[in-house]
Amino acid sequence: MIADHLPILQVVVPLLAGPAIVLLRHRQIAWGIATLASWAALAISIGIALQVADSGTISYAIGNWPPPWGIEYRIDALGAFVLVLVSLVGAVAMPYARTSIAAELPLEQEYLFYALYCLCFTGLLGMAATGDAFNLFVFMEISSLATYVLIALGRRRQALASAFQYLLMGTIGATFYVIGVGLLYLMTGTLNLADMAARLGQVADPRPLVAALSFITVGVGLKLAMFPLHQWLPNAYTYAPSVVTAFVAATATKVAIYVLIRFSYSIFGPTPFPLLVHFNDLLLVVSILAIVSMSLVALFQEDFKRMLAYSSVAQVGYILLGVSLANTSGLTAAVSHLFNHGITKGALFLLVGALALRAGSTRLADLSGIAARMPVTSFGIVLAGLSLIGVPGTAGFITKWYLVRAALERGSWGLAALIVATSLIAVAYVWRFVEVAYLRAPAPDLPRPGEAPLSMLVPAWLLVAACIWFGFETSFNVGYAAQAVQQLMAQVAR
Amino acid sequence: MKLATHYAYAVTIFLMVAGMFIIIARGNLIKKLIGLGIFQTSVYLLYVAPGKLIGGTAPIIDPAFEVYSNPLPHVLILTAIVVGVATLALGLAIAVRIREAYGTIEEDEILAAELAAVRES
Repeated sequence: MIADHLPILQVVVPLLAGPAIVLLRHRQIAWGIATLASWAALAISIGIALQVADSGTISYAIGNWPPPWGIEYRIDALGAFVLVLVSLVGAVAMPYARTSIAAELPLEQEYLFYALYCLCFTGLLGMAATGDAFNLFVFMEISSLATYVLIALGRRRQALASAFQYLLMGTIGATFYVIGVGLLYLMTGTLNLADMAARLGQVADPRPLVAALSFITVGVGLKLAMFPLHQWLPNAYTYAPSVVTAFVAATATKVAIYVLIRFSYSIFGPTPFPLLVHFNDLLLVVSILAIVSMSLVALFQEDFKRMLAYSSVAQVGYILLGVSLANTSGLTAAVSHLFNHGITKGALFLLVGALALRAGSTRLADLSGIAARMPVTSFGIVLAGLSLIGVPGTAGFITKWYLVRAALERGSWGLAALIVATSLIAVAYVWRFVEVAYLRAPAPDLPRPGEAPLSMLVPAWLLVAACIWFGFETSFNVGYAAQAVQQLMAQVAR
Repeated sequence: MKLATHYAYAVTIFLMVAGMFIIIARGNLIKKLIGLGIFQTSVYLLYVAPGKLIGGTAPIIDPAFEVYSNPLPHVLILTAIVVGVATLALGLAIAVRIREAYGTIEEDEILAAELAAVRES
């Protein structure tokens, strides 16, 4: 009985948790509710993923209004994959948040943080679950508005300026998305994604479609920090509270990439025009620029958190590169990297939060010799760093392996060499942390020396362990991803 | 001729570009938010204008009428307006906090304050 309603519960549980927290106004209870909601969401998403693997795409008619008239939640393998990623990161970040948020926010603001987190979480889950273009916009804005505030909660005043910048660019992005959807709506008269895809097959004139695809690509590109639309990201990630950075970095850009893949393959794929070819050519150039330039920029950062933020833009480049290669291996790499990079960056930013708590700063200059004081945290960063580089035996390697394979299948040796070479830049910037933390003499007076509390280390290490675990046991991050890719490719071929 | 029949589109595009221009060209945070509002408004028009059919009536089934206007775009845009209001409110709230923290809402002065802070450290 309840199994039939998992798609709506996935969204409604965290959505109700938010207002409940605001009504109760108690920080301990707020933390409890947010944690329970995240764990419930994780259980639901795993249930959905099993259901999808078992019996195929789930279609759920909201309020029993049959699609395409009512709003439909439509979860295929790709959607379920993204739901699991988002709820997994949420479920790990919430136990961590209690200590971290208590240290970084004023006492009276704590419960508001949890309420906003729940709304952000709701929006991201809703984006992955819905099968309606306009409903997707609403969820996108729910998550974005919550994210702007979460970033503005940062302790330093730069957090406010970065949140404002993100608000401007994010809203322009969302509006561009609505323009694109509006054009599609004018062409087809429907907002249901599956229905829209079927009707676009009969469109005679490609021009409005080109305009719609362009608007949607640029709009969603702003949200997912596609180079050169990533200007908001480094500041936002650097100045946001630690747990916010970890959660947003691991999920928000990934869900936006999911939207881009959903539109480019499921909506524009079946049209009789070669739209995707040009789309992929553009994406290829943009992603190569992102990988090379952002990896180099990351290398020369003085702040470790900022370095990882730039690395995120480069990693988004790898995902888009996989999408642009447009063969099965490439898409598998892209979808798999959504998850692999999500857990890797999540782990790194959680551990950086632990450094910030004890050392009071994330500047590399202030972290010298930190490994002697915080061996567990530092070692975790090294392991997650290996996954970021893509060393065999880590989740990151899986992506690189499929990316190189995809490049070779296209006969492009240059591209394969580029992927390997840019991984070496990642070695260089991860090494900068190792050099500072392990090889330099400890700073004489750390504000609060000692290892981070267990309540932060355990969640962070869970994600570090996941980086290793998913490097060996690939039935989810490759097997399930391959199933999702198969469905996508089938839609294009139709 | 084209302009007369595509009047709504012409206005849409003008508002869209004017809004974008204000966001990019003005350094005052409030003016930027006004630009953002104009930019979003253009989309409201893009959706609502095609919903109206000349000679169409309200969408209530009646044997006397054959042409109906589409009510869905209006409903969608009602939602979009709510989102726009929330964004504007949040933007203004952050602008107030920026004024408290920096003592200014001019973008160049905020950047200058940041640069000065970096030099000092």
